[in-house]
Order: sequence, then structure tokens, then C-alpha cells
Amino acid sequence: MELQVADVIQWMEKSNDSIQANKDYLSSLDRAIGDGDHGINMARGFQEVVSKLTTSDYQTVSDVLKDVSMTLLSKVGGASGPLFGTAFLKMSTTVKGMEKVDANQLGEAFQEALNGIKLRGKANKGDKTLVDVWEPVVEFFKSSDSIDANALAEVAKQAMESTKELEARRGRAAYLKERSIGHLDPGSVSSYYIFTALSEVLQKGA
Amino acid sequence: MTNVGIVLISHSAKVVEGIYDIITQMVPNVKVELAGGTDDGEIGTSVEKILQAIDRTHHEKGVLLFYDIGSALMNAELAVEMTEHENVAIAEAPLLEGAFVAAVESGMGKTLEEVKEAAESV
Ligand SMILES: Nc1ncnc2c1ncn2[C@@H]1O[C@H](COP(=O)(O)OP(=O)(O)O)[C@@H](O)[C@H]1O
Ligand SMILES: [Mg+2]
Repeated sequence: MELQVADVIQWMEKSNDSIQANKDYLSSLDRAIGDGDHGINMARGFQEVVSKLTTSDYQTVSDVLKDVSMTLLSKVGGASGPLFGTAFLKMSTTVKGMEKVDANQLGEAFQEALNGIKLRGKANKGDKTLVDVWEPVVEFFKSSDSIDANALAEVAKQAMESTKELEARRGRAAYLKERSIGHLDPGSVSSYYIFTALSEVLQKGA
Repeated sequence: MTNVGIVLISHSAKVVEGIYDIITQMVPNVKVELAGGTDDGEIGTSVEKILQAIDRTHHEKGVLLFYDIGSALMNAELAVEMTEHENVAIAEAPLLEGAFVAAVESGMGKTLEEVKEAAESV
């Protein structure tokens, strides 16, 4: 696999498509264990990301990721803004100057993104946050040199579903303690959409 | 002004406006700048607003940031990483009580470290 500038842009467009289509669903998940704005936050942020990417010229994958990061940081509003913003910023600096990235480099970038998310939010796996999706995805990338697109989507899906039974220890949902059990973590669901979108881009032979 | 500046970060613009009123009534000689709500005035926090508030407050004695919940701390930390100024610190203290004590201390000409310590022992 090899992701080029156009593939990364397509990845973000597909992510945006699912986030827009599931905007109300994401907000309803956040209403159950948060303040009900996750869909609105993510839809606003990713719409801006797509507008930015489709009206700019890019030579490198890192510049695309940098703009994704800056747009999410300034437009999202909720906790997911600094978290996803940090994730894409770390990815950008990891692949700095590259015109294309292979599976190993992407895995490295995801590893740095995960480290950044954990530092920013002080969350670990099992705390019922988007870390619960990002960490298994990073492990999946590390486990093999060639990435199977279907397997990637499956890993992300299972990880997302695993948040349902967890008790939140970070983020707004943590205030609800055991009342948070039985609900999916909204940020994990939107992360799942982002990795499914990547899987679709890879499926098409990127 | 040559006192430590203060930036108030909250999910709500109204919250920081109210705290601003309480502080400046008693401490007129400290610069207090606000970063409440998102760029479009919704509930949330904005790293850009925080960066701008730091710029407006900044001078050689430094700036101390106060935050409320959730993304406020994350965006405050991001702002500290992104700002070009060096003496910018985050106080681990309740927004209202911490900022109030900090303003009083700052008004007496204390250093950034002293002001931070006073706020954090609230
Ligand atoms: N400290 C944290 N560490 C990691 N992820 C977090 C943290 N706080 C919140 N999240 C993630 O952010 C999501 C909520 O995002 P959003 O609703 O946009 O922000 P807010 O909680 O500020 O309203 C949660 O579902 C969770 O996945
Ligand atoms: Mg929310």
C-alpha cells in the first residue's frame, strides 16, 4: 500500500461523508453520556477540513495532514478538537516532507498520533475514550507489513463496540461513573468512521 | 501594566465575563483577558481565542491561565505549546477562586511562580 496526497484527501472526504451522514447519531450517543454535541462538533470540523483540502494545492502528505490538524483544532470546539487535532499534527510531523507513505510509515504516524492523544487527554486504554479504538488500530498496523483493508475495518469495528461495556474514566462521561456503562463512546464511533474511510481508500488499491 | 497577566478560559463567554467583573472590581491594576466559548460563540473552548488572549495579556512578567472543564485544559496546554511567548503557565486551581486570588497577588507585584502557587493553594 502507498498513500499519496490524493489518497489522503479522499480519506478525509470519505471520513466527512460518514460523519455528516451520522451527525445526529453521534450527537445522540453524546447525549446519553455527555453534552450531546459530538456530531455537531465533528460535522463542523470535517466539513471545514474538506473545504480547506479541496481548495488548496499540496505537494506532500504531511502538508495535507497539517491542514487537517489546524482546521480541527480551530473548528471543532469540544474535547475532540484538541484530541483529533493533536493526532493529525503528530501524524504530519512523523511523515514530514513525504510525498507518499507506505504501511510502515503510516503505522509509525498512527503510533505517534496515539501517543499524542494519550498525552493530551491523559487517557489510557479501557478509559472509554477514542484511545480504545486508536490503540488496537496501532497494534494492528504494527503486527504486519502489508495491511489488509477488510481486517483494518474489522479491528476498528470491534474496538469501537468494545467501549459499550466500559465505565468511563476520562472525558465528560467519567462524571457519570457506572451510569456510563451500556453506551458506546461517541469519540470511538467517529474514530471508527475515520478508520473505515481509510479502509475504503485502501480497498480501492491505494 | 507590569503585573502578571491572567487569562480566563471557560466553555461559556458569560462565565468568564462574570468572573472578570468580580475580579476587576477589587483588582483594577491587573490585566485580565477572556477566552470564553468557541469562535462562533457556542459552548466550548477555542485554542485560537486562548492564543489571542495570551497575546493581549502578555508582557515580561508572564501570564497565568485558568480553565474550567474538559477541553479547556487540553486547549490551554495546546496554547502554551503553540504560543511564541515563554513565560506562560497553567494554574491547577478552581477558575473563579483561583483567578481571584491570583489577581490579588499579581496586583501586589508578585512573580508568576508566586502568583501560581497562591492560586493553587486555594
Ligand atoms: N481526556 C480524554 N482523553 C481521550 N479522549 C477523550 C477525553 N475527553 C473526551 N474524549 C473523547 O472525546 C469525545 C467527546 O467529544 P466531544 O463531545 O466533541 O467533546 P466534549 O466532551 O468537550 O463535548 C468522547 O467520546 C471521547 O472519545
Ligand atoms: Mg460533547
